[in-house]
Amino acid sequence: MSDTIRGVLPAQQRELPDPSLREVVFDVDDLGVSYNGKPALKDVNLEIYRNFVTAFIGPSGCGKSTFIRCFNHMNALIPGAKIHGTIHYHGADLYGHEVDPVEVRKRIGMVFQKPNPFPKSIYDNAAFGPRVLGMTDDLDGRVERALEQAALWDEVKDRLKASALSLSGGQQQRLCIARCLAVEPDVILMDEPASALDPIATTRIEDLMHELKNDYTIIVVTHNMQQAARVADMTAFFSVERGEEGQRTGILVEYDATPKIFTQPSDQRTEDYVTGRFG
Amino acid sequence: MNVTSLRAERPRGRVSSGLFKAFLLFSIGVGIVTLGTLLVTVVAKGYKYLDLVLLLEPPSADPQIAGARPAILATIYLGLLLIAFSVPIGVGTAVYLEEYANRDRWYNRLLEVNIQNLAAVPSIVYGILGLAFLVRGIGLGRVLLAGAMILTLVVLPTVIIAAREAIRAVPDSIRQGAYALGATKWQVVWRQVLPAATPGIATGSILALSRALGETAPLLLVGALTYVAFDPTILGDFTALPVQIFQWVARPQEDFRILAASGIIVLLLILLTLNAFAIWIRNRYQRKW
Amino acid sequence: MAAQEVTASAVRLRATRRRWGEDVVKVVLALCALISILTTVGIVVSLFLPAIEFFRDVSLSDFLTGRTWAPLFEPSHFGVLPLVAGTILVSLCAALVCLPFGLGAAIYLSEYARSRERKILKPTLEVLAGIPTVVYGYFALTLISPLLQDLGIQEGVFSALSAALVMGVMLIPTVASLSEDAMSAVPRDLRDGAYALGSNRMQVSLRVVVPAAISGIIASFVLAISRAVGETMIVLIAAGGQPNWTFDPREAVQTMTAFIAATGQGDVPTGSLEYKTIFAVGATLFVMTLVMNLFSIRLVRKFREVYE
Repeated sequence: MSDTIRGVLPAQQRELPDPSLREVVFDVDDLGVSYNGKPALKDVNLEIYRNFVTAFIGPSGCGKSTFIRCFNHMNALIPGAKIHGTIHYHGADLYGHEVDPVEVRKRIGMVFQKPNPFPKSIYDNAAFGPRVLGMTDDLDGRVERALEQAALWDEVKDRLKASALSLSGGQQQRLCIARCLAVEPDVILMDEPASALDPIATTRIEDLMHELKNDYTIIVVTHNMQQAARVADMTAFFSVERGEEGQRTGILVEYDATPKIFTQPSDQRTEDYVTGRFG
Repeated sequence: MNVTSLRAERPRGRVSSGLFKAFLLFSIGVGIVTLGTLLVTVVAKGYKYLDLVLLLEPPSADPQIAGARPAILATIYLGLLLIAFSVPIGVGTAVYLEEYANRDRWYNRLLEVNIQNLAAVPSIVYGILGLAFLVRGIGLGRVLLAGAMILTLVVLPTVIIAAREAIRAVPDSIRQGAYALGATKWQVVWRQVLPAATPGIATGSILALSRALGETAPLLLVGALTYVAFDPTILGDFTALPVQIFQWVARPQEDFRILAASGIIVLLLILLTLNAFAIWIRNRYQRKW
Repeated sequence: MAAQEVTASAVRLRATRRRWGEDVVKVVLALCALISILTTVGIVVSLFLPAIEFFRDVSLSDFLTGRTWAPLFEPSHFGVLPLVAGTILVSLCAALVCLPFGLGAAIYLSEYARSRERKILKPTLEVLAGIPTVVYGYFALTLISPLLQDLGIQEGVFSALSAALVMGVMLIPTVASLSEDAMSAVPRDLRDGAYALGSNRMQVSLRVVVPAAISGIIASFVLAISRAVGETMIVLIAAGGQPNWTFDPREAVQTMTAFIAATGQGDVPTGSLEYKTIFAVGATLFVMTLVMNLFSIRLVRKFREVYE
């Protein structure tokens, strides 16, 4: 079966801690999302663990991006989007009464598929988050620390005032990561962060994920199975279910430790996907 | 049929094609020739009186010493007031429509249709509005401020439309990135969207201003007197350069015709400078997303 | 560095303080938007209230069908037809210039011109549109009228024709610009198909592109005529100041707009019948242009929908 995948599983794949020792960051219960009444995702149940890298994989249209956007209230920006079910963040209901999206996004940051630096200087990009959130003490220090953690500091420290758009694609994405880190979040969401980048830049992003998970909890959506196998501790496989009228709804098929998903999946659909029989 | 010959087979088709193309070229030509003739005759005639007297002296019954100073000053004041009024209101309306308004609500769609309609209302109707409400209604009288307010209304739809396009051109990915960092809607607008849209807004506003400074009809109704010999103040009697030109044109004497042409040269130079400035801004600062 | 200490009890996802600023901003912006609504309300009120008062003294049928406009004479006549006739006469003659030549210019720019030509020609036409109308009025009075007089076409100093010719040229860019937009929106495939069948450029332009873009082209026609109807300075300067019931463009006429400008300028006592004539004529003008504008807006929306 997936000998190629098995061969790719990194040697440093650590032994995951015993389930009883894992700390739950997100507890997702019966989550569904619909756009204007049409369900896009339904019946998702899983737990995200602290300091893990969790990957969402699956064919296109299965709702992985929709799902990840639930964690930081980004679906609220789409008119007609409705969330059913609950997500608990460290025990607090993420969609509870009077929850403020700004407070949520302060703790749960996001990196997008296509690098989207602001048309400003590198410094102003990294400083934007702290500025709008009122964290203006030691701004220079925050910017430097964020850029260092994103492995970008050495490359840009002499030209912080240069326009962010003058950076290469890979550098821009690392700047977006730095931007996210500057507000000192708890969780980092990454929606296909390397899909617009060349292989070398991709590798750097993946290395970054390995380092960052020591301090942050990371959820990454990827359509690249090998990438999931390389970086993720836990992997969730999503697929598409066809309704009677032909509508397509995303569902969670299987969620387990990465080695298990790729070598001994419990569900036939998972095995079909990871061996490349479909999707 | 002779298949080796690829020349056009029907000469009649070629004649009508040729005539058609000639008509098209003539269509373009009419406009260009008229423009050229107009500019040449105006400059040739008005050149004679184009001197400092024109710029620095007030008008007079004697064309030799008549100038357009009050009119030029008034036009400048009108321009400044116009920018001060129309840009904040126009950009505010555009931001409301693009970032805050829910498109499904009927009152927001009505707002959009309303603005499109106002853009096409004849400018003299705005003059009537000014006459009824400002001059007579609230008793503001025939003052510069009334003229500025009415011209603001004339120009507002154009500024709104230009600002909306500039705001729409800012890619959504920038907004998403800013929201994801915890910015509120106003922070996103004020710190990301408006700065990125500023070149487009500036260009559109200056072009709108340039159109407004050439307007005469609303000013006639709102009280731009055609003979004002003293410098204008905001709450005093006033005239404006197009109105002054109108007054001179209406006089049959040749000397006043020459003065009118000189005044036209000054007006066209002012408009040309504004337009060139707007285009310079567009070329230098406009980002191709 | 990892985030603040997060334990279940310490996580507070509610806003630390209510964001008043956001609400204030939304209200301020909505007020800005309200100004445009108030403008329309103001226009309607300022036109129709005095107009209704006017029609208490002057019967609507006399107004709409009378052929004499002499508000200041004894006995006074309030038939608006001469003013309307003047407006329509000038507008139609202007249309005879701007519609065909505007369309011709648009076809040339869209189907024939090379991109370097377009880069020069298009802005030049825009300049034509940017010249203030008072300058066109001057041009009509000082150059076109004497020319027409020399040719024996025009007798007096003023004529509808002189104003109409200049107005027509001024409106060429209006027709050209909107028509050209409509024609560029026609997909390439339609043209390519016709060319592939052996049509020449004229046939493609006239039989494929123009019909496909027709709603945008008609919208541009309607818009141009609406602008001609609402134009003031060219007619005020060059067309004449006496109402004249005629359909001969060589004669001098007074249009609705010229009448409003001439009367509104003077020191007419507020509330007098003469004062109210401004609003009665203004209301008539507004209704005419409103109908045309709404029609044109709907047409533009239609052509945008078809290809997007």
